[in-house]
Amino acid sequence: MSPLARRRLTKAALNTTGVLVFLVATFPVYWMVSTAFKTNDQIFTTDFIPFPTQFTFEHISRVLTDGVAGHSIWLYLRNSAIVALGTVLIGAVFALLSATAVARFRFKGRVPFLALLLVVQMIPAEALVIPLFLSVRRLGLYDQLLGLIVTQVALTLPFGIWMLRTFVAAVPKSLEEAAWIDGASRFTTFWKVLFPLVAPGLVATSIFSFITAWNELIMSLYLISDPTKYTMPVALQYFFGQKGTDWGAIMASSTMMTLPVVIFFLFVQRRMVSGLVAGAVKG
Amino acid sequence: MTKTSTLPRGERNSATPGRRRAHPPRKSSGLPVWSIPYVLLIPGLVVIAALLLYPLVQMVTISFQKVGLVQISGRRPAEWLGWENYTGIFDNDIFWSSLRNTVLFAVVAVPLTLILGTAVGVLLHRLGSKMSLFVIIGIMFAWAVPPVAQGVIWRWLFDAEAGIINWALNLLPDWLSSALFGRADWTGEPWLNDTWSIYMVLTICVVWAGFPFIAVSVLAGLKGIPAELYEAARVDGSTPWRTFRKITFPLLKPVFAVLTVLSIIWDFKVFSQLYVLAGTNNREAFNLSMYAVTEAFKAPPKMGSGAAIAVVLTIILLIVTAAYIRQMFKQEEL
Repeated sequence: MSPLARRRLTKAALNTTGVLVFLVATFPVYWMVSTAFKTNDQIFTTDFIPFPTQFTFEHISRVLTDGVAGHSIWLYLRNSAIVALGTVLIGAVFALLSATAVARFRFKGRVPFLALLLVVQMIPAEALVIPLFLSVRRLGLYDQLLGLIVTQVALTLPFGIWMLRTFVAAVPKSLEEAAWIDGASRFTTFWKVLFPLVAPGLVATSIFSFITAWNELIMSLYLISDPTKYTMPVALQYFFGQKGTDWGAIMASSTMMTLPVVIFFLFVQRRMVSGLVAGAVKG
Repeated sequence: MTKTSTLPRGERNSATPGRRRAHPPRKSSGLPVWSIPYVLLIPGLVVIAALLLYPLVQMVTISFQKVGLVQISGRRPAEWLGWENYTGIFDNDIFWSSLRNTVLFAVVAVPLTLILGTAVGVLLHRLGSKMSLFVIIGIMFAWAVPPVAQGVIWRWLFDAEAGIINWALNLLPDWLSSALFGRADWTGEPWLNDTWSIYMVLTICVVWAGFPFIAVSVLAGLKGIPAELYEAARVDGSTPWRTFRKITFPLLKPVFAVLTVLSIIWDFKVFSQLYVLAGTNNREAFNLSMYAVTEAFKAPPKMGSGAAIAVVLTIILLIVTAAYIRQMFKQEEL
């Protein structure tokens, strides 16, 4: 075989494998979406029906009107959105302050604080939910979305600081010093110089926190008992009924739950990786 | 990747004298300079202390107490039990099967995720830029699916009656299916009744959702390796496997270390997917996470023994974490 032919063959093999990986990764997602648009006849069959040939919005409209126990899926999407946005708004401010501290200043206790950030990330939510349940009850936050927001801030903050600090550190210090020499106050320097430059990183970190809070199951499961306060991951369980599973409804709902995450992912994928493995990749 | 590695260290040495010169008299908030980082840290520290560290201490306390319905409602103070919760769970078969499930699952799922992810990462590196982007977008779909929805999707694919997996297995020629699995007819095969097959489905689900992150991280690492190294290896007639072993792997070792520990941590506390696939009634199929919360929040609740299980899980995780933190601190440029 000539070198050229061999190179072509290698390239074809690589591309085929690539397409195969693409299919393996996307097929289950495709299957969820396509099931959401199939009629029940086409769902509950032992045949393979690759496309919803009798395309229907019946499941989508059913989960939007009847939903779970008479509550439209909108209610749960809204609850999830409130929790996730609340988490992001509080978390972003706290994370930015802490990240600025560790990225811009050398102070006593800085390294222990960074170590603490790593250690607390390893505490499983399953362990925290027991004491948090008791505290949340004592504070009267049980069955409140606010109670969920507070716990989600705690779960997302350590990673948020960890990720954001690399973005703050990436802004050249000389810019702030220049503003300083020109007589800007500390606050002006922070607000007019550092903040705009860190904003993209803040967006990435916020989206990451949003996704974490949006997906979170354990806290929502045990800190909320009022069905009108359920978040989406909890509400989804209720389609696995006693009488059998309503696959059309569940696929319609999980498609609607997955959609915002996929969109956000396309935005931040690269930054997320750099944040998670920052320490290692840079070494 | 490597460009900035020595910068922070140099900066640290020069920062103090340089700063002193640059500072004009400040019209500042009136805070002494040394206190500023501490003030900035207050909100973050308060959250971490109140919502992560305090509960952690509380969890350990509760694990030595009896916390049932009356204690939760505050009608009676928590009762001190000593090691009773621990001896109680160690006597329980479900604890040991949960521990076995937790460890076995991690032992199988972590290497599978890492191997598949690395292979795809290397593949992405060798593909043309358009094809590479195409595959990255594809694997991002698997990565982006929320854990609960992952469970839902795989439960559907493995459904006994209308699942596509049973349909596909029925497509195999009878002799092949019989030779491989000892059976030809897969119609109605209930995958989610028995612990072993539940964990098989869970493994597929977690590997499917987990490999994209590994692949993209490995790709990011590979992009930082100078192309000349590969050029040289090619000129020397090195085989792809040898190139991987002698160049890629040693250079990406720190990346692999972090990815391994992250995967171990994630897989040790897998919850959402298992919750959807197995439910809370199948006690045989519990892992430690599931066992801890179902024990704590069952009716009547037994928070004490739930906390004891959670303590065991946390200790296991912290032991693994110790390696991770050491790795991070070796980088010296925090």
